[in-house]
Amino acid sequence: MAFEYAPAPESRAIVDIAPSYGLFIDGEFAEAADGKVFKTVSPSTEEVLSEVAQAGAEDVDRAVRAARKAFEKWSALPGSERAKYLFRIARIIQERSRELAVLETLDNGKPIKETRDADLPLVAAHFFYYAGWADKLDHAGFGPNPRPLGVAGQVIPWNFPLLMLAWKIAPALATGNTVVLKPAETTPLSALFFADICRQAGLPKGVVNILPGYGDAGAALVAHPDVNKVAFTGSTAVGKEIARTVAGTRKKLTLELGGKGANIVFDDAPIDQAVEGIVTGIFFNQGQVCCAGSRLLVQESVHDELLDSLKRRLSTLRLGDPLDKNTDIGAINSAEQLARITALADQGEAEGAERWSPACELPSSGYWFAPTLFTNVTQAHTIARDEIFGPVLSVLTFRTPDEAVAKANNTPYGLSAGIWTEKGSRILAVANKLRAGVIWSNTFNKFDPTSPFGGYKESGFGREGGRHGLEAYLDV
Amino acid sequence: MSTSPKFSASLEQGGATTPPAHALADVTASDSTLRRFLHGLPGVDAVGLEARAASLGTRSIKTTAKAYAIDLAISMVDLTTLEGADTPGKVRALGAKAVHPDPTDRTTPATAAVCVYPDMVAVAKEAVAGSGVKVASVATAFPAGRAPLTVKLADVREAVAAGADEIDMVIDRGAFLAGRYLKVYDEIVAVKEACGTSARLKVIFETGELSTYDNIRRASWLGMLAGADFIKTSTGKVAVNATPANTLLMLEAVRDFRAATGVQVGVKPAGGIRTSKDAIKFLVLVNETAGEDWLDNHWFRFGASSLLNDLLMQRQKLATGRYSGPDYVTVD
Repeated sequence: MAFEYAPAPESRAIVDIAPSYGLFIDGEFAEAADGKVFKTVSPSTEEVLSEVAQAGAEDVDRAVRAARKAFEKWSALPGSERAKYLFRIARIIQERSRELAVLETLDNGKPIKETRDADLPLVAAHFFYYAGWADKLDHAGFGPNPRPLGVAGQVIPWNFPLLMLAWKIAPALATGNTVVLKPAETTPLSALFFADICRQAGLPKGVVNILPGYGDAGAALVAHPDVNKVAFTGSTAVGKEIARTVAGTRKKLTLELGGKGANIVFDDAPIDQAVEGIVTGIFFNQGQVCCAGSRLLVQESVHDELLDSLKRRLSTLRLGDPLDKNTDIGAINSAEQLARITALADQGEAEGAERWSPACELPSSGYWFAPTLFTNVTQAHTIARDEIFGPVLSVLTFRTPDEAVAKANNTPYGLSAGIWTEKGSRILAVANKLRAGVIWSNTFNKFDPTSPFGGYKESGFGREGGRHGLEAYLDV
Repeated sequence: MSTSPKFSASLEQGGATTPPAHALADVTASDSTLRRFLHGLPGVDAVGLEARAASLGTRSIKTTAKAYAIDLAISMVDLTTLEGADTPGKVRALGAKAVHPDPTDRTTPATAAVCVYPDMVAVAKEAVAGSGVKVASVATAFPAGRAPLTVKLADVREAVAAGADEIDMVIDRGAFLAGRYLKVYDEIVAVKEACGTSARLKVIFETGELSTYDNIRRASWLGMLAGADFIKTSTGKVAVNATPANTLLMLEAVRDFRAATGVQVGVKPAGGIRTSKDAIKFLVLVNETAGEDWLDNHWFRFGASSLLNDLLMQRQKLATGRYSGPDYVTVD
């Protein structure tokens, strides 16, 4: 008899999803001005979870006006008062973390292991961290009494719906700004639950406004003349469009865009832990991570050994019901994303790279893609250049540290990188030469609110998190 | 320099890809070649290793999976008494328990072995006669290992002569920490020879004293190169014994060793594993690291004494739905 684990699905009963939700404007849930709604589905089952009001330009205008009105009082509060609200929000998130984790897994498709053990603790930590800054802005290194910007228009992606919300809203509120946030159309629910948390925390009306909707709502928000600050996380293509829209206005802008992170394994690396790090780097959240380590650069001398270990390890990954705590790989967020991943993987095969996936049964409904790795990949392959945003790893080789650095930097992106070696001096030497916003050594995809995050080149500009994250929301 | 017969035989067959078999045969040519080889093994990142061990500890083992795991764990226990106060009566009681761990339920599997000091081997052998339960003995001046080699070998020969099926030897940690790897290697080879063909050799590293994970990986390879049939974490006599992390590391080592040489070596965490929950976590480590080939008592053991009763209580609870308590299992 094989050693079979028992299914251990989290109960759905802990979360109460209403059949429909409105927009959250000025402290109230409201229908869209034109009455439009859209459905949000669970990617693992294609079940419709709820019907959500779809914001249009008129709703954006209403929300921005509410935020503008609220800004006067909110920005005038002493920092210590704003901190109280943020601490309260952080504590409510902790109290409701199980509920939010299940909700996020249902709406996004990622494994409960990740929402429960990574996303939610980080969400709470971000609110706690920026709550701590709210009354210490004078000492943040931006001169005495730095001023907030005003109304922040924020557009976030679907890969970490609640975490990206926290990254955007926590520093904005701590610094005295008010917020209009548009969550992604495939994952609006946790942001709407967050709206409820704002009410539960007694946050003054209009300080946070949530507008579920599509790209047109995002575009209207970005273009709204009374928005002072635009923050966007998402694709590079949309980021460029936003940059064009904002250019010439006095709006401040931060963009956190795509990536094609290099994960560099030197021949003296701790191989077993490197294998774990590669798995974390590219299969965390089904690879739908902008800072994923999607390009594996292996020193040729350990290539075969490492690939053997990696393939063996991938064969133990468990794909399936995201609510089961034994699940390592959940569903792809949407049919569109699945189609994109499939097309790019097919292109990799067509261009001559060698494709490999572990024996792996995919569920019959929902959007699924087996963990995949490509060997014999070169810099000239599309899959080594384009962001795939899925569980697809491209393996390249190098011979010397210089070659590793040259290949790692040879990308239009510059968000993340990883270095695996037992040699401390090499970590520092290589890290100094890599053009990436975040460089992990002997680990990957670790996040912390105290640590700034952001990119170079087409991965965007500006930093979120840490003291640096305050700057984007202050007039400095 | 001699290598163990078993190892040489496998080299003849030619192992898997890395490293080439002849290179492995050469590594024991001198202290420096051996050191170079052991220090050339991939390093261990402590944070990553412990994180992996912890994440495997969260797999859900319930109902049928749990019933299977508990019976498997019972069959892997080396039921152990290693006290100065051991008497023939105590050892006989232990033997009887090893054969029928739960007198109220004869479907309970027997344990793998009873583990005793060398002078108790004959008594233990008689107590488990005909049952298939093995007798293991801690020879080689257990637990400190601080005796001349001649004394250690005599210890082993006595135990084997008395009928021991398995010898648990401790390595000379002093020599290992001083970097005298060849001395440790030679001792293991000599003890393996003294075991003859009838007894399997378990090599105990006392991982708590080796202190670093890099050392544990080196010791694992050293032991396997010298012909160990099992590598074992600890004696149970020091502060830090078996942990999920050091056992995971040793499982990686046996997995890699088999890939390199074709020789399969067993693993035995010992000391500190007291509850069914802990034991099951170790089984998950085995399953997901070395693989199913190691999931039986020929290749994996628990060195434990108090673990068995907890396994039995959990087994009773699964069978009856009630938790009966310590008076419903036998004291040793």
